[in-house]
Amino acid sequence: MIGAHWSAADVAYRPLGSSRAIVSDVSLDIARGQFSSLLGPNGAGKTTLIRLLLGTLHPTEGTICFDGRPLTGVTRPELARAVGVVPQDEGEPSFTVREIVAMGRYPHIGPWQRERIEDVAAIERAMHRCDVAQFADRWVTTLSGGEQQRVRLARALAQEPRALVLDEPTSSLDIKHEMTTFEFLARLRGEGVTVLIATHNLNLAARYSDAVVLMERGRVVAQGAPADVITTSTIEAAYDWPVDITTHRGGAPQISPRSRDRRDEAR
Amino acid sequence: MSYARPLFAWPLALRIAALTGVALIAVVAAIRLGAVSLSTSEILDALLGRGDATTITIVRGLRLPRAFQASLVGAALGVSGATFQALLRNPLAEPYTLGVSSGAAAGAVLTVVTGWSARIVWSLPVAAFAGAAISMLLVFRIAYSVGADRHLDTRVLLLAGVVVSAFLIALVWLALTFAESDAVRSAIFWMMGSHSGASWRSVAILLACFAPGFVVLLALARPLNLLSIGEPTAAYLGTSVERTKLLAFGAATLLTATAVSVSGTIGFVGLIVPHTIRLLWGSEHRSLLPCAALGGAAFLAATDTLARSIAGANELPIGIVTALIGVPCFVWLLRQPTVGR
Repeated sequence: MIGAHWSAADVAYRPLGSSRAIVSDVSLDIARGQFSSLLGPNGAGKTTLIRLLLGTLHPTEGTICFDGRPLTGVTRPELARAVGVVPQDEGEPSFTVREIVAMGRYPHIGPWQRERIEDVAAIERAMHRCDVAQFADRWVTTLSGGEQQRVRLARALAQEPRALVLDEPTSSLDIKHEMTTFEFLARLRGEGVTVLIATHNLNLAARYSDAVVLMERGRVVAQGAPADVITTSTIEAAYDWPVDITTHRGGAPQISPRSRDRRDEAR
Repeated sequence: MSYARPLFAWPLALRIAALTGVALIAVVAAIRLGAVSLSTSEILDALLGRGDATTITIVRGLRLPRAFQASLVGAALGVSGATFQALLRNPLAEPYTLGVSSGAAAGAVLTVVTGWSARIVWSLPVAAFAGAAISMLLVFRIAYSVGADRHLDTRVLLLAGVVVSAFLIALVWLALTFAESDAVRSAIFWMMGSHSGASWRSVAILLACFAPGFVVLLALARPLNLLSIGEPTAAYLGTSVERTKLLAFGAATLLTATAVSVSGTIGFVGLIVPHTIRLLWGSEHRSLLPCAALGGAAFLAATDTLARSIAGANELPIGIVTALIGVPCFVWLLRQPTVGR
């Protein structure tokens, strides 16, 4: 480990006026330059934890440090120059693909400043890497869901971030696009970018991650290397469903859910 | 798509040059046309202080300030409409959806019904401005107290604007129920909008409020792009969301309140002008804001000219003309299969 990019200590988050904490007792390190996955059933608190790590929610207890500094002391433009985010979904006003990708440069440009040569280069590079350059002048609303996802990824790359955070980036993608995304993220990790992804695809997370964090009901129930965290007992307990775990030829654990219906036991 | 391309591909400078040209034509037409039509040479002479005194008075004292006031009000409504639509992420948002106009109407009607407007100079625009500001503060107060974690919830803001608006309009009708018929007539005419009260002083006040408000919004053009996509996205790309919203709402409210206080409530401009620009050239606010300002200026200068020349000696309220002309044009544009998609 080369040190933590994010570290959370005893973090809890309870919305104002609510008695129930959405996230509680969370302590974890997201290692710099590694591929980390955040797993857990729906409503486990993954998205809330991501928002806490990104500073758009503030913990009601505990502290979060980014790059060794308390997150509360990091300004939004500062964080945006270091961390690219691909949100789950967002509105679709009429912007062209290039205009959307250019937004990745906003944290680097002053309000009255034009795009500089290096900004234009970063935008072009990001569009080419995510294979959306051919759409540059099209309205983003005319693209398919998978293409729009690539545009958002390109925008995050245009930020030239040291860390990339993605909230369920592949939930609506077919196998090809999902694999393309994971392989792309793995390449970025190979270039030294910290990757943090929340996902329901346990098998791909197990194959591509250096570390996984398993959440359930707002708490971290297991964290570490995929083979250590993804076991029959932890997964069955967290997801409340019987599973079989085998080993992929690369060595990663692979999960197949069993049927609970007795007539379908063979499936 | 292919049909829209050439127009869409216009660079920003060309868009602005074209709209400036249209606005200039509208302003020149506004000075030339009216009860007395003037030729260009007569206008130039009058501007230089030559020719007969009546023409000089018409050009310098009436038509020029009126054309400038109409343009500035149009620009203010266009820019603030674009801003509100971005902040609320709602295409129906306009300067008036948020209660600004009803507040102004309540203030204005108060001075009309009490007779202050006839006795005290400037009491009507001042009361209208105060009414707009107070209703806006009220709407914000509601939105902040409901929003989770003391954040400004823009959905609540829109809802609060609509209900506060309904409440204030009820107060206006209540006051008018007991008012004399002359007061009712002038109040209703005020609510339909008019530039007949234009003077160099009102132009100066408008300009003094428009310039700083517009500069603030231009400086926020990139954050407005982000906020129109979503507040989380805006935060992830470096925007201080709450501060930006407050600043942009404040600037847009200033523009609207000033415009309404000098000209009365003029509907549809804040809706139609920004949407037309968006259909042509998209939502990039560094282009949208200046284009909406110029488009709004041209639109209102032109419709004001029509309002005071179309019905002979009678002047039509401009709100009627903007709706009767603007809406069919907008529907036509909306139906173009290739525009903006």
